[in-house]
Amino acid sequence: MVERHFWSGNIAIAEGALRAGLKFYAGYPITPSSDLMEYISRELPRRGGIFIQGEDEIASINMAIGASIAGLKSMTATSGPGFSLMQEAIGLAIMLEIPIVVVDVMRLGPSTGQATKSGMGDVMQARWGRHGDQSLVVLAVSSPRKAFYKTVEAFNISERLRTPVILLIDELTSHLWETVVIDDGIKVVDRIYGGPDDMFFDSSDPSKPPPMPRIGEGYYVLYTSSTHNGYGVRKTQNPEVHSRLVRRLNRKIWDNTSQLFKLDIYPDPDVDGGDIALVSYCSAARACREAVDMLSRDGFRAFSIELETLWPMDYRILSRYLKDVSLIIVPEMNLGQIIYDIRLVAGMDNVVGYSKVGGGIPIFPDELCRFIKEVIRR
Amino acid sequence: MKHPLVKYLREEHLPTIFCPGCGDGIVMKALFMAFDELGIEKLDKYIFVSGIGCAAWIPSPHIKADTVHTLHGRAIPIATGIKLARPDLEVIVVGGDGDIAGIGGNHLLHAARRNMDIMTIMVNNLVYGMTGGQLAPTTPIGFKTSTTPYGNIEYPLDTCMVVASAGANYVARWTVAHFKQLKDSFKKALHKKGFRFIEVVAQCTSRVTNRMGIPPSHYMKELLRKSINISKVEFGSQIHDDQIIIGEYIDRDRESYIELMARMEVK
Repeated sequence: MVERHFWSGNIAIAEGALRAGLKFYAGYPITPSSDLMEYISRELPRRGGIFIQGEDEIASINMAIGASIAGLKSMTATSGPGFSLMQEAIGLAIMLEIPIVVVDVMRLGPSTGQATKSGMGDVMQARWGRHGDQSLVVLAVSSPRKAFYKTVEAFNISERLRTPVILLIDELTSHLWETVVIDDGIKVVDRIYGGPDDMFFDSSDPSKPPPMPRIGEGYYVLYTSSTHNGYGVRKTQNPEVHSRLVRRLNRKIWDNTSQLFKLDIYPDPDVDGGDIALVSYCSAARACREAVDMLSRDGFRAFSIELETLWPMDYRILSRYLKDVSLIIVPEMNLGQIIYDIRLVAGMDNVVGYSKVGGGIPIFPDELCRFIKEVIRR
Repeated sequence: MKHPLVKYLREEHLPTIFCPGCGDGIVMKALFMAFDELGIEKLDKYIFVSGIGCAAWIPSPHIKADTVHTLHGRAIPIATGIKLARPDLEVIVVGGDGDIAGIGGNHLLHAARRNMDIMTIMVNNLVYGMTGGQLAPTTPIGFKTSTTPYGNIEYPLDTCMVVASAGANYVARWTVAHFKQLKDSFKKALHKKGFRFIEVVAQCTSRVTNRMGIPPSHYMKELLRKSINISKVEFGSQIHDDQIIIGEYIDRDRESYIELMARMEVK
């Protein structure tokens, strides 16, 4: 059955979460993510789930982690300052291997910044915000439809890999209302539980997480945020245990890079190169697609790559698309963050960033075209 | 023959890591005796959540139940998430004064306000023991700690008064020298709904009593001497170096969060 809805990006995330099996949400009011929480506070109890408003973002994400430990698919959503506050708990979820989805509706920072205005400045924080060696999955969306499907995917990844997944959406996309057509069937992944004798914190295949323990079943589960062995026993002096644990926690993500890394290439996913590539994500990716059309009309061979996964990044795949391109433009509503990864793939010389910050004003296709033509003239 | 309370312990993790003379073992024993006297043989339906600090080690890894050892200060919100997801389980938070009243103070306040169905045990040793005996929000005025070498000039928090006024169903303070009262408070709290908070003033042998140059047993006698029952002090009376207010601050049965949630009308 094909469904048609008129949804904002934030509502699409909420609906995606509900259909992915969300049963617990804790959040704290913060612009521009509050309307997502308001929607969930109404809808989640109707659909058999639990909503609670935390006393702050730290409480909210920790409540969500607790509920996930207790077996419920859990999520929280926040923006800039709240996202900064949540970092320690995201690290906890990585260490305890707790599935959880964290939505960051990006606004302009640093600090309180322009609280109601769109930005894309949280990319590096999403990747690296925690202390210690850690990896997780970061997805980014550019439309309500993608917000819906990527939220389902975020839940599925978090359950399959026992990891927190961060979903980045910028304010522009979060408050953009569009028709969302749900035609593809939704596949929902559920948690794999182990039995009382299983190891819950180590696995022989580092690319696969161990099964989750159930609580309240007499397994006497030992969860600890300290370095632990496969049975959850704290081992804070043993170098081998620490090395094994953090390598496995990271490899769990890295070894699945080819499955996790997704691109949306326009106009043709089988593109065999072009002269100009526009690489972007979130709302900037929309401008890139339109700019490609405009450039094509002017006789340029251009294509755009939308990064739907920001982490882990498959540099080989990106390299395949970018190696023969003479000019790569990376438009971002920040002073240049993902451009570092693109330069890692394509070098310094032909990768040019286009930054726009302030006032939440979108990157427009025509200004991109003007900029690209200027770069070519230089 | 085994000690009758060993049934509550993960034996493979014995002996405990506590310093000789530490008050944490007394708290642990009082809790186990409460379970035992209530006829609770197995802790399968109990889950312990702790943060960071010495008292957080009372359940993890020692107690034979599900134990979740989390972040400094965040045990209460994690316990809240667990309780909401699994109302059938009894969720118990154990932590120190720095963990529960210091860094986690905001969560404590709001869990009490919500009357969240969690039992919280706060072992108060007056300092940050694990990190070397620094100033805590509970440190008495004048007290010398690692970070108040000239004496503390901050007034201590009467955590029990705060939690009672915030809305908890049960609040009591005892010292480790009041073993029977402590055990009876645990028994009472285990049978109640809503937020239950029990503070236990205990000795830190490594950071307090040895600096004072007295053995833990003398310190415990001092705790006993300084203690005054809440029924004998005027309302608003301050705790200070020579006055530890003990007893039940509140014992009521306001509808708990879980009860209110159960009868929330979802339209």
